[in-house]
This record gives sequence, C-alpha cells and structure tokens, in this order.
Amino acid sequence: MKQLLLLPALLLPLAAQVPYERILRAASEPGNWLTYSGSYQAHRYSSLNQITRANVGRLKTAWIYQIRARHHFESTPLVFDGVMYLTEPPSDVTALDIRTGRPLWSYRRNIPEGVIACCGQVNRGVAALDDQLFLATLDAHLVALDMKTGRVRWDVEVADYRTGHSLTLAPLAVKDKVIVGIAGGEYGVRGFLDAYDAKTGRRAWRFWTVPGPGEPGHQTWSGESWKTGGAPTWVTGAYDPESNLLFWGTGNPGPDFIGDVRRGDNLYSECLLALDVDTGKLKWYFQFLPHDIHDLDSTEIPVLVDGVFQGKPRKLVLFANRNAFYYVLDRNTGEFLLGVPFARQTWAKGLDTRGRPIEDPATFPNVKGATVYPDDDGAANWYSPSYSPQTKLFYQNVREKGGVYFLTEAPYEPGKRFTGAGRRNVPGEDPWGALRAWDAMTGKLRWEFKVHSPPWTGVLSTAGGLVFSGTMEGDFFAVDAETGKLLWRFQTGGEIWGNPISYLSEGRQYIAIAAGSSLVTIALDR
Amino acid sequence: MARRPCATIAGSMKALIASLGLLMGCSSPEAERLYRAQCADCHGPRGEGGRGPSLNRPALRHAPDEAALVNVVSRGIAGTEMPRSGMSPRQAQQVAAFVRSLGRAAPSAVPGDPARGAQLYAGKGGCARCHTVNGRGGALGPDLTDIGARRSVSYLRAALVDPQAAVPEGFLQVRVTTRDGRRLTGVRLNEDAFSIQLRDLSDQIHSFWKSEIAELRKDWGQSPMPGYGTLLTAAEIDDLVAYLASLQGRL
Repeated sequence: MKQLLLLPALLLPLAAQVPYERILRAASEPGNWLTYSGSYQAHRYSSLNQITRANVGRLKTAWIYQIRARHHFESTPLVFDGVMYLTEPPSDVTALDIRTGRPLWSYRRNIPEGVIACCGQVNRGVAALDDQLFLATLDAHLVALDMKTGRVRWDVEVADYRTGHSLTLAPLAVKDKVIVGIAGGEYGVRGFLDAYDAKTGRRAWRFWTVPGPGEPGHQTWSGESWKTGGAPTWVTGAYDPESNLLFWGTGNPGPDFIGDVRRGDNLYSECLLALDVDTGKLKWYFQFLPHDIHDLDSTEIPVLVDGVFQGKPRKLVLFANRNAFYYVLDRNTGEFLLGVPFARQTWAKGLDTRGRPIEDPATFPNVKGATVYPDDDGAANWYSPSYSPQTKLFYQNVREKGGVYFLTEAPYEPGKRFTGAGRRNVPGEDPWGALRAWDAMTGKLRWEFKVHSPPWTGVLSTAGGLVFSGTMEGDFFAVDAETGKLLWRFQTGGEIWGNPISYLSEGRQYIAIAAGSSLVTIALDR
Repeated sequence: MARRPCATIAGSMKALIASLGLLMGCSSPEAERLYRAQCADCHGPRGEGGRGPSLNRPALRHAPDEAALVNVVSRGIAGTEMPRSGMSPRQAQQVAAFVRSLGRAAPSAVPGDPARGAQLYAGKGGCARCHTVNGRGGALGPDLTDIGARRSVSYLRAALVDPQAAVPEGFLQVRVTTRDGRRLTGVRLNEDAFSIQLRDLSDQIHSFWKSEIAELRKDWGQSPMPGYGTLLTAAEIDDLVAYLASLQGRL
C-alpha cells in the first residue's frame, strides 16, 4: 500500500477566506478587490498609488487570459489572497493564479438550450463570502461554490428561466446573506429582489418590485398589468453599514413602450430602493421615472458618498441614470436634492422641485415613429461609474445616441418578448461617446474625453490621480483624473465591455480589464 | 431482458422504421455497429460507462426524451467532453434506439448496503478527506457527487481495489523541491513552460515559477489513494460500492 505523506504547509499557500468584516473594511486592503464595485459604497476607486501621472507611460501588459466563449465578456474579477475569480459567459467561473495568469480550477455550467436573455448570454462576476463564491446563472439559479475547488456547495432555483427570467449580475454578499436581482424586463416578468442564506441557500426574503394585491403601491398598476409589470433588478446595488440599508435600482415596467395597458405610476419600476438588508423591508424609494414608456431602466450603480452638499455635510447617494440625468439624493430619507442632465436628452422638459420629470409627449413612441434622446440603451447603462474621494469628481462613460420608436403590439406570452415598439437609428446621426467628469455635489462638468462610439465600458479611478476606461474599438486608456488629458493607451484588440479593477500582486500594482475575449492585466515595466 | 431485433424493410420505409424502432426500443445490428465504433470508447461496449457516464440505465440526465437523446447523439453536449458525432439523422436515431435498449438490460447487481457504505465513506475509509460529495469534503481527488451516474459498478469496484489502474484523466501527482530546500507533494492543477500550480495533500493551492524550483517530479500513473482491497473486507467493499453507486448527483 502506498503511504500517504501529509506534509505541513511549508509555504504560504493561496488561502481563501473572506469574512464579512473583510468586505466591510475593503478600503483598508486596497491590494485586494473583494466585491463587485470594490467596496459596499460602490466607488470603484482604488487607493493604490504606485501607478501615477508621472510613470503611467511605463505601463505594459503583464499577462492575458483568454476565455473560450464568444459572448460579450462583461465580468468584473474579484482578487484576493493571490487568486483572481472570474466569470466567463454564459455562467462559468475560473480561478486564476495572479502571479502567472494560469487557471487553478474552473466551474463549467451546462446552460439549457431554451434559456432566454434579451441582451446577450453574459455574466458580470461573482460575490465572495467566507469560503464560498456565489454565481448567478443565466438559467436563473444561484450557485455557491467552494472557493478552493470550484465545486458546488449548493444550487437553488431563483426563478423559472422558461418564462424569461435570467440572472446576469454579480451577487452582493452582505453579513450572512447573498443578494441577487433578476433580469427579464423585456419578457413581462414580475420583478423582485432576493436574499439567500449564504450557508444553506435558503431564501431569507423577497421584495417584489411590483406589489401584489393589498400591498402598498399595487394601486399604481391598472387592471391585471402588475402580473407582467417588469421592474427587474439586474444590476448589483450598494450597501450602507451605518444605516443597514441596501440600495438597489429597478428597471423598466412591462411592456417597455406601451403605457395604456398599465396606467398609473407603476411602482416600484424605475426606482432607487432603500431596503433593510436583514428583512428586505422598504425604508424609502425614489421613483426617477413614473410610468416609463422609453425603457430607461434605473438599474445603474448607486454610489454612496458622505459629502458637503450646499454647505452642509450630508449622507448622500449619487446616481447617474440611464435617462441622462445625474441625481443626488439623501441616503437616509430619499429626499431629492439634485437632478441635472449629463448627456443630450429630449424625453423630459425638466424635473420639478421634487425630482419628478416633466415629460415631452412628442417623444412618446407612436406608429409614425418618435425620436428621443437618449435611445433605450441610455446615456449610461449597467457599466460602472467611479467616484474619487481624492478629486471629489464623479466619472461616467456617457453614450450620445438617439433612437426613433415605432409603436407595435405586445401580446403577453410567457417567455416571449413583451416590449411594444421597434427601434431605428436617427437618420444621418453619427453616435458618439465621452468619458465625463463632473463635480459630484453639483453635477457641473469639469472635463470630457471624447471617444468614437457610444461606450459600454466601466470606469476606475485611482489614488495615483488616474482614471482608466476603454472603448468599443478596443483601446484601454488612462487619463489625468483632474484634467481628462490622455496619458496612456493600449489597443487590446477587442470591444471592451468590462469594468476595470486594481490590485497588488507581489507588492506591485496591477490594473485588470475584460476586453474582447481576453482578461488583460497591466503593470508598470519592471 | 434481451433486446428485440428490428424487422428489416428496405427502401422508402427506412426512416419510418427507424422512428418506430426508437419508439419500440428495438435496435439493429447496424446501430450496434455504430455504437461500438463511435460511442463504446467512452461509454463502454455494453454502456457500462468508463470515461463517459454509464448508459445502461432507464433515465439519462441529458436525454429525458427520445428527441433529446437523438440530439445528444448527433450534436454532443456543450461544456462536456461529449462531442458531436457527425452521424446522419437516421444513424443518430438508430444509435439512440440502441442506447435505450441498453437501459432495458438488467444493470449489474449491487450486492452491498449503501447506508453501511456511507458510514464507511465517512469513517473507516476516510474518503471524505480527499473527495467531495455535495460540496463537502476534500478536493485532492475527483468530485464524487454524481459518480454513480458517471461510472459503472464494476469500474467503481476496480478503482477502489486498485486506484493506480483508474487514475482519472488530467490527474497527476507531483513532488516539488524548491530552490530554498522546501518540499511539497500534491496534485497538478496546471502547468506551462514557466510555471506550475498544484494542490498539496492538505488541500492548499500553490503556484511556482519553475525558476523557483530545484526539482520537479511527476508520478505518472500514481495515485495518493490507497488500495482498499487490503483496508476493507470484501463485504465492506460491496457496501462502499453500493454507496458510491447511489450517488446520482443533483438532478
């Protein structure tokens, strides 16, 4: 018989343990990237400062990892304890050694053929908690994986994929729970936000974003329209430990472009929700766009900042909405403080004193075709903005593009598209984009860096005075965080649909970005 | 139960007969020939399983109905090692009928008691130290969550008695001595010209540049798993095999 030789751990192994307290204090270990947006406050800011305005020209690719899938690669990797955890579309996970870029393990999921996703078979990343990773799958399951092996600990169905439910977001792990939001706003799903017990996979609470009979807000839906009301929750939210509130955006009401069949404000579509993370109880909501008929999902990243607003220190939530307005709200009450456009928009004549939009009916979809700015891909979208506490600027990649909307029909059939309009490009228009920086407290534009096509790329700011982002033509670039001046760029060879992150490996600062079908890592030349 | 032979009728009736054959669960010598040439390599000549899962069962995970089975035979299964076959639709139907007929044959008997086997797995056998079932256990050896669905009883028995004869594909025991004299034994996770990654016997992951390594030994065909023929009685082996055969995964 062969003798088992159990050696003591002589070398520092690639350990893997992320207790809640570690995510809570993510800012104190900038060498790691522990949660989707870098911290619960969702700043997507790195306090690492080895890469600076002065030396950024020396950046070189360190290693590249190539995925097998051909779908858009939208993953934000997590990095801690020497390992990078990456999702690959549609719903796979790979662990990479960050020194060499070589895979340590993979989890491959067979996705059923009949899975329904409006906008690509994508996934945006995992959440980590204790010794587990959490993956939200395209076939609407939530899966817990052993962090060291990628083996399945538990696998629960969140919703039925055959009725147009899917999961594409990175879950958010808070305390002992995993929060996950649903996609399916183009299929007449009834939206919700769920919390699951991280240990067992048992559902802890569900908040229906379309209230049922007898629940507050139900009266904002005419007839039976609530049953197919949409209001999905498909982008990762933020968490404020001080108030114990979870902040999460909600998407369009269904059908997207036909309002007559769902008269009323259609709560809680197009809202920012503030929920108690332990119970899922609603503390407050702010509805950006009541009764939306432009498909302008308010599913962007809520950015939590303690700032001085009009001379007064306040706890704030900042929100660059797909509808082209930048909002500042009071984090504890939801009070509307500011709403200013950051891109060309024609759907609203303005906002009233409480932040409710005054819509322009000329932009409502009709049978002859109505032109509106932005189009339903929005001035912003799921891809992440960044807030730098160093410059106190809000950085957002902005899409400048309109659309012409022709009203059609939307008979509801489970699992079939339920939108009600056809879109055409504005004749003769040449859409474009820009990385913009504005004062987070006033929304006043500081600078912009123009790009060729409307971008789908997230933004990272760093303490080195830099902002990193990319283009649909494959350029990954760094600009001066104060001035927007281009300081460095690199052609990655593929459309950049990712959100950048930063971390340390062997004491050196790295930047990582999903570009084309490659995960590209960059560091200063040795 | 023996497989029923199909009637042979020529000409334009062929396709209809193939469908009928599928419905009736009968199979032709042609189908068996195709199966043996294209499928037996991984699934075993009688569907008893090997590198691929056993097929001599009434229910197949990826093929709940006949159309799905034909689809799997012709197109393979994405994300797995099961490739497309390149068979014509008629051939795929014939092979599907043959595969179904395997499921009607009596599977090899499992004499042991799975409950006692589960106790041996967790206790005397010490299996959980290196193997995972339903997300729990060690990671050095393969995940056994659905081993009963992937491997035949005879394969499981042979692997228990002589692990060296059943070292899984891609599994390699390595021994590393670093330049500063440290030694480590583990299972290779990955390797390229310049680096190697491994999981050591206490389940920790390590990554080395080869320039950091003085000596790298690869124990091809070796397994850290002991042969259980001498550690367990014949009755206990039966029980453990019965338990492993009962592990059908999360369906």
